[in-house]
Amino acid sequence: MKLRVERDVLAEAVTWAARALPTRPPVPVLAGLLLDASTDGVLRLSSFDYEVSARVEVAADILDGGTVLVSGKLLADICRSLPGKPVDVSTDGSRVSLTCGASRFTLLTMPVDEYPTLPAMPDGSGTVPGDLFSQAVSQVTVAASRDETLPILTGVRMEIEGENLTLLATDRYRLAMRTLTWRPSSPDVSTVALVRARTLSEVSKALGAGSDVTLALSTAGGGNELIGFEAGGRRTTSLLVDGEYPKVRALFPPESPTYAVVEAQSLVEAVRRVALVAERHTPVRLTFTDGVITLEAGQGEDAQASEAVEASLVGDELSMAFNPQFLLDGLGALTVPFARLSFTVPAKPAVISGQVEAEGDDDTSYRYLLMPVRLNS
Amino acid sequence: MSRRTPGKRNPPGGRDRPESFRSRAAADDTGCTLLHVDMDAFYASVELIDRPELHGLPVIVGGGGRSVVLSATYEARRLGIHAAMPMGRARWLCPQAAVIAPDHRRYAEVSHGVMEIFRSVTPLVEPLSLDEAFLDVAGAIRRLGSPATIGQMIRRRVAAELRIPCSVGVAATKFTAKLASGLAKPDGLLVVPRDETVAFLHRLPVGELWGVGEKTEETLRRLGLRTVSDLAHTPVETLRRALGDTIGPNLHDLSWGRDPRPVVPERVEKSVGAEETFARDVDDPGTVRRELLRLAGRVAARLRAADLVGRTITVKIRFADFRTITRSRTRTEHTDTAHDIYAVALDLYEALRLDRARVRLVGVRVEGLADAATGHRQPALDERPQGWREAEQAMDRVSERFGPGVVRPAVLIRAPDEENPPDGDTPDGENVRG
Repeated sequence: MKLRVERDVLAEAVTWAARALPTRPPVPVLAGLLLDASTDGVLRLSSFDYEVSARVEVAADILDGGTVLVSGKLLADICRSLPGKPVDVSTDGSRVSLTCGASRFTLLTMPVDEYPTLPAMPDGSGTVPGDLFSQAVSQVTVAASRDETLPILTGVRMEIEGENLTLLATDRYRLAMRTLTWRPSSPDVSTVALVRARTLSEVSKALGAGSDVTLALSTAGGGNELIGFEAGGRRTTSLLVDGEYPKVRALFPPESPTYAVVEAQSLVEAVRRVALVAERHTPVRLTFTDGVITLEAGQGEDAQASEAVEASLVGDELSMAFNPQFLLDGLGALTVPFARLSFTVPAKPAVISGQVEAEGDDDTSYRYLLMPVRLNS
Repeated sequence: MSRRTPGKRNPPGGRDRPESFRSRAAADDTGCTLLHVDMDAFYASVELIDRPELHGLPVIVGGGGRSVVLSATYEARRLGIHAAMPMGRARWLCPQAAVIAPDHRRYAEVSHGVMEIFRSVTPLVEPLSLDEAFLDVAGAIRRLGSPATIGQMIRRRVAAELRIPCSVGVAATKFTAKLASGLAKPDGLLVVPRDETVAFLHRLPVGELWGVGEKTEETLRRLGLRTVSDLAHTPVETLRRALGDTIGPNLHDLSWGRDPRPVVPERVEKSVGAEETFARDVDDPGTVRRELLRLAGRVAARLRAADLVGRTITVKIRFADFRTITRSRTRTEHTDTAHDIYAVALDLYEALRLDRARVRLVGVRVEGLADAATGHRQPALDERPQGWREAEQAMDRVSERFGPGVVRPAVLIRAPDEENPPDGDTPDGENVRG
C-alpha cells in the first residue's frame, strides 16, 4: 500500500472511525483501525466493536492499493498532532510508515485476516434531512434512561409507519415522543427498532447536519437486528437493543382540560434560578394561577427561593412539584418560543409541548410527559 | 464489645504491653479534653451482673448453631477467643467456658444507663455503638475537675450504678483517646498527655491507626512501614501515591496526632442492615434468594419504623471459607419497600453468578438514608397510586397487632415442621449502625 492524503482529511476520517473503537477490546484486533486503499482513489477506514461499526470513505492519491490494520488509538493520536502537510502512508513488510513534513512514524500492523467482516447495511431504507434528524434525536434522548440495569430503557424506540417516523424514549419518570416525516424508499414500510440512545445521539451528531441521512433497517418482518446510518461517505451500523419495549404511548392522557402557556425561555431561566436552592433530588413547586406561574423551592430550615413568571391558564388553578432537571430537560427540548404545560389532575403526569404563538394550538410533533414529584407533607 | 478486627484484638505488644501505660492516670491531662469510654466485654459483663458465680471464669456470649461469638470475658479471651469467631471454634478452644445466649433487650437497657451517665457529665456525647462513646469534657472541667478526674468519676459511677467495668482513654484528640482506652483495658484509665501524643503514637504499629485495615497494612508493609513513626517520617506524596489522595494524607495527619474531628452528639444513622448466618452452608440459589427477600423485608420494616428511606443497597455474601464480598448499587430514587430493596439485592446477587458456591452468611444493607417524613418521592409514570409501599405498610400494621411474620411473602411460608427458630445474628446483625 502506498498513498498520499491531506492531513485534515485523514485526521477527520480517523477521528470519525475511531469513535467505534472499543475501550477494552474483547480481542486484540478490534483495537485496530482498518485502512483499505482501493485503486479507484478511495481510502476506507473502519472500526468495529461487535455492536457498533463505523466506516468512512475519503479521497486519496493511491499509488498502490492494499489493506492494513493498525492501532486505532495510536493512529488517532498521531493524526491529531501532525503538521498541516500532506501525509504519505506506505507499508514496509509488517510495518506501516507515516510521513508528514519532517515527522515520520512507524507503526506495527495487526493481522488483517483476523479482523471480522463489518456487517452490511440493511436493505430497507429511506432518508431524512440531517438537521431534522439530529434535532429529533436530541429531543428524545434526554428522556432515555442511563441506568444500564434496565437495558431496554437505555434505548430509543423508532417506529416507522410509511412516511411517519416516531422516536420515543423514557426512563420511567418522563417520556419524550417526537414524530417527523421522512422519505422511505417504499411508501408502505412498517417496522420498529430499539437503538441505544447513546449510540443514536453520537451518530446523529457525527453524521453532520448538512446533508440527508440514510436510515437502513431490514424490513423483513420482525427479525430486525441491525440499523444502519449513512451520510456523506460515512456509514455506521449498530446492533439493536433486544427486548420488548413497554407500551408507553397510552401513558399520554387522551385530553387535558387544564393547560398553561408560558414563554419557554422565561420559564427555563426561572426554574434554573429557583432550583439553585433545591439540593440534589429535591423538587421545585409550581403553582399555576391565571396570569402567573409561581415557582418555589426549598422548605423548612433550608434555603428557599421563589419567582413568578407571566403565563396564561385555561382551566382550574393547581399546584404541582417536579424534579427541576426533568422539567428543564423537557422545556429545553422545545424548538418554538412558547411552552404549553397540560394537566389532568395534580397527581397525574403533565405534558409539555411547544407552541409557536401565545394564542393558538400547540405543536404536537414533540410531547414530553413528566410525572410530578409526590410531596409527603 | 469492641468492633475491632480479630487481628487487632490485643493491644500492641500483646500481653506484655508496657505497664507504664496503665499507671499514667496521674499524668498531665491539661488540654486533654476528649474522653473515649468503652465498656469492657460489654455483653459478657452485663450477663455477669446477675451471675456472680461466673466471675473469674471464661464466659462466652453467643447464639446457638453456627452463629459467632458476640462477646467474651477476659478469662475467655486469654484462651484465644475473640468476638466474631464462629461459636464452634470458640467451644472447641474452650470447652469449659459458660455459653450464654444474648439478651439484646437487656444490653440496650444497660447501654441507655451508660449513656445517661455520660450525658450528665457533658452534652457532647457521641455514641459509637451500644457500649462506647466519645465525650468532650472541655465545658465540664470547672464544674467536675480535670479530664482524668472526670474519667475516674465516670468509671466509678458506671461500676457503682450499673455494676459493669469500663475503660477510659483521655487525650487531646479523638483518635488518641480511642487508642488510649484500648490500652487501658480492662478496667483502667490512661491519659496521653498532649506533649507526649506524638511520641505515644510513634511507638505503635501502623495497624493501630484509624482506617488501616488488612489491605492498607499490607500496602504499608510492602513500603517497609511498620510503625506509626515510619509512616510519619514518610513524605506525604509517597503515601498519596501508595494509598490514594484521601487515605494517604489522612494517615499522615493521624501519625502526627492531627485529628481535628470534633465530638458530634446525636449521630444520625447512616445505614440499616440485617444479616443471617445459615444453620448449614447453603449452595442452593433458591434458599439464598429467599433469605435475601426475608432480609429485605426486615430492613424495609425497620426503615419504615424509623421514618427513613434509603438509596444505596448492599448485599454481603460470606462464603464457607469466610471470604466475604459486598456489592452495592444506588437507585435513582429513595425507597423503604422490601419490593424495591429485594429487586436490587437479587440483581446484585444474580450478577455474581455464584454457580452453587457454598454460602455461609448473607446480608442486606441500605445506605444513603434520608428522612421519609420531610421527603418527597418521584413516582414512575406507570406506577399505580396504591402500590407495594401501601401493601407493606398494611403488613406493618398487621405485625403490630398480631406479631411479626404473620403476613409474609408466599415463598417465605414454610411447612410447620420446617420452621426453625431464627439463628443468632452476627454482631452486625440486628442493628441500626452509624
